[in-house]
Amino acid sequence: MKRTVFRNRWLPYLLVAPQVAITLVFFYWPAFDSVRLSLYRASPFGDRLIFVGWGNFARLFSDAAYVRSAITSVLFAFIVTVVGLALALVLAALANTKIRGLGIYRSLLLWPYGIAPAIAGILWLFIFHPSYGVLPYVLSFVTAYQFNWFLKGWVAMTLIVVAAVWKQFGYNLAFYLAGLQGIEASVLEAASVDGAGPVRRFLAITFPLLSPVTFFLFTLNMTFAFFETFGLVHSVTQGGPGDATSILVYKAWKDGFENLQLGLSAAQSVVLMAVVIGLTALQFRFAEKKVTY
Amino acid sequence: MRRTRHLSTSAAAALVLLSAVFVLAPAPALAKTEIHFWHAMTGVLGERVNEIASKFNATQNDYEVKAIYKGDYTTTLNAAVAAYRAKQPPHVVQVFEVGTQTMLSSGAVYPVYQLVKDNGVSIDWNDLIGPVKSYYSTAGNLSSMAFNSSTPILYYNKDLVKKAGLPDKPPATWAEVESTAKKIVGAGAKCGFSTAWPSWVLVENMHGWHDQPFADKSNGFDGLAMTLKINGPFGVKMMEFLARGSKEGWYTYNGRGPKGEANMGAGECGIFISSSAYIAGLTRASEGKFTWATGSLPHMEGFPQGNSIIGGATLWVMKGAKPEEYKGVAQFFKYLASTENQAWWAGITGYLPLTQAAVKAMEASGVYAKSPNLKTSVVQMNAGKTTPNSQGLRLGNYGSVRDAIEEQIENVFAGKKTAKQGLDDAVAKSDDILKEFAALYK
Repeated sequence: MKRTVFRNRWLPYLLVAPQVAITLVFFYWPAFDSVRLSLYRASPFGDRLIFVGWGNFARLFSDAAYVRSAITSVLFAFIVTVVGLALALVLAALANTKIRGLGIYRSLLLWPYGIAPAIAGILWLFIFHPSYGVLPYVLSFVTAYQFNWFLKGWVAMTLIVVAAVWKQFGYNLAFYLAGLQGIEASVLEAASVDGAGPVRRFLAITFPLLSPVTFFLFTLNMTFAFFETFGLVHSVTQGGPGDATSILVYKAWKDGFENLQLGLSAAQSVVLMAVVIGLTALQFRFAEKKVTY
Repeated sequence: MRRTRHLSTSAAAALVLLSAVFVLAPAPALAKTEIHFWHAMTGVLGERVNEIASKFNATQNDYEVKAIYKGDYTTTLNAAVAAYRAKQPPHVVQVFEVGTQTMLSSGAVYPVYQLVKDNGVSIDWNDLIGPVKSYYSTAGNLSSMAFNSSTPILYYNKDLVKKAGLPDKPPATWAEVESTAKKIVGAGAKCGFSTAWPSWVLVENMHGWHDQPFADKSNGFDGLAMTLKINGPFGVKMMEFLARGSKEGWYTYNGRGPKGEANMGAGECGIFISSSAYIAGLTRASEGKFTWATGSLPHMEGFPQGNSIIGGATLWVMKGAKPEEYKGVAQFFKYLASTENQAWWAGITGYLPLTQAAVKAMEASGVYAKSPNLKTSVVQMNAGKTTPNSQGLRLGNYGSVRDAIEEQIENVFAGKKTAKQGLDDAVAKSDDILKEFAALYK
């Protein structure tokens, strides 16, 4: 790597200063402020600030709804990640074969990633809506079961899982496709010569060789499902029915912005911050060590 | 990733530059005093609000009201909170009824009756229609300026009612709602009866309408409410009734907020309860497709008559502005309360006319004769009896309380919990939320 030498020893600092300033102002400052606020019971207009120490956290962890929300989030993130990765891997393998019009297929497969989560939510809302949705209409010919996700929690959950998987699909596919193209054809040919069939080749060679990509995508998708699905939930289910789709990030937003319980919301965002720090640390530690390259 | 970051950097830089320009811009010579009015009205309603501002501006030369759309109710309230904390509050902000107690407790508002008195303006508060006055008054004095108030009313699809072979009139009791909805479903309709704004319509309003307490301390009017009363005999009976409807298929729950309106507007539902402000929306949705009419809320036999509770929003005056600006705000409010403005506003929006004089003016001008549905809410509220149970609701963290209620009624309608169990759980959760608010303002 080329090492750049600056003549003026202050110039490099000056050049990075805007980025550092922005990081400090937009990332560190709010983060520290959340931590501070999480220790208080605060009024919306800021006229009352009562120190409660761990009170907000104690309230959170003793609240059955919060524990349920945590379980829902983990479940949601896990399903989105596993289903999303499996689907992307299969389709990437297919899109990696030599067929006509491959460029078109690939572009179409990558497309959903360019759509904002809230828009994706609205699209799925139109497909799933109990009264004007296409899917319930089609299903009504097959079964008399009512797929009303205003009342049935599992239908609502399925809906946002599908929407989230679809939303993140293009991104996952792009990485898998790149990973697949990085695998030397000669390795696979050698295996064929040794008599390994396509399934064996995939399981014994391709999949292990893709493990760094899989691990990277795993953490990334977990983070996505935990934090960036807010728009989806907000535009489709609003956390309901009951609290079936009330994931942590949605609950934190709702308690803070809709209900103006700022201290409680700050405590929730501190918990979320801990989760994302944990996930990132996990990625840095294990991605380097445990994964075969 | 990198690219977005660069983009956000330049966006931030542009923002800094822009704000610098605004700060440095010289004040225009001979400036009118500006009054900033933050609101949450979109679409047609947003245009009407702009119209109000420009009409007021045309009446005089000293003040200029700038109506600024800030996003939905929640976003607008949050923007006002942020602005107040940054010591740059708007003069007037529109806050939905859920935020009433938050505003009252905030210490950040200048009560309207006081503002009007201090600035030598006279508005006849006694002419305000009862429920509007009671909801937003403290000790008989109006805290915020009534603006857009609505109340739930019953809508019915005339075509579906006719198809079911029923007389063309709204059901007056819940028993009639049941029998009508059953027949409508029996005649092949998808949904016999549905609702929007579940907690507001089915819990809050039903308690007021049947003169039942919703929360302690007269629904929070005599001090900070600490416990809900919705799991009493009436609340449970009402919920059991609806849960049975959901199970038997003549009541269709269609989600929170205004979501159910989509089904009514599509012509699927026979009977529907939503805000009177839905008249404008339903008029547009049903055009050329089906006919409908409205009626008063149905009554549950064996319980007394109270009144329906209003929803919507009022205008709050924020502390921290200059005296001459407040003078302008007082003038603006005087204009808002004028019969001319009230009659015009109610006639085009479906919101309640806020004064008796406006009701009379609308009667005289033939608006009601032309669109009788606009009058339903007024008739309903004037026929009802405003008691401590139906004067309104004043709860801290009201939004969270509503969430807690809606979560549980969804569990009840889905058959996951009994009515009693669901309401008990909603009360337990709400009490915790209310106590948290009370602890903040003890």
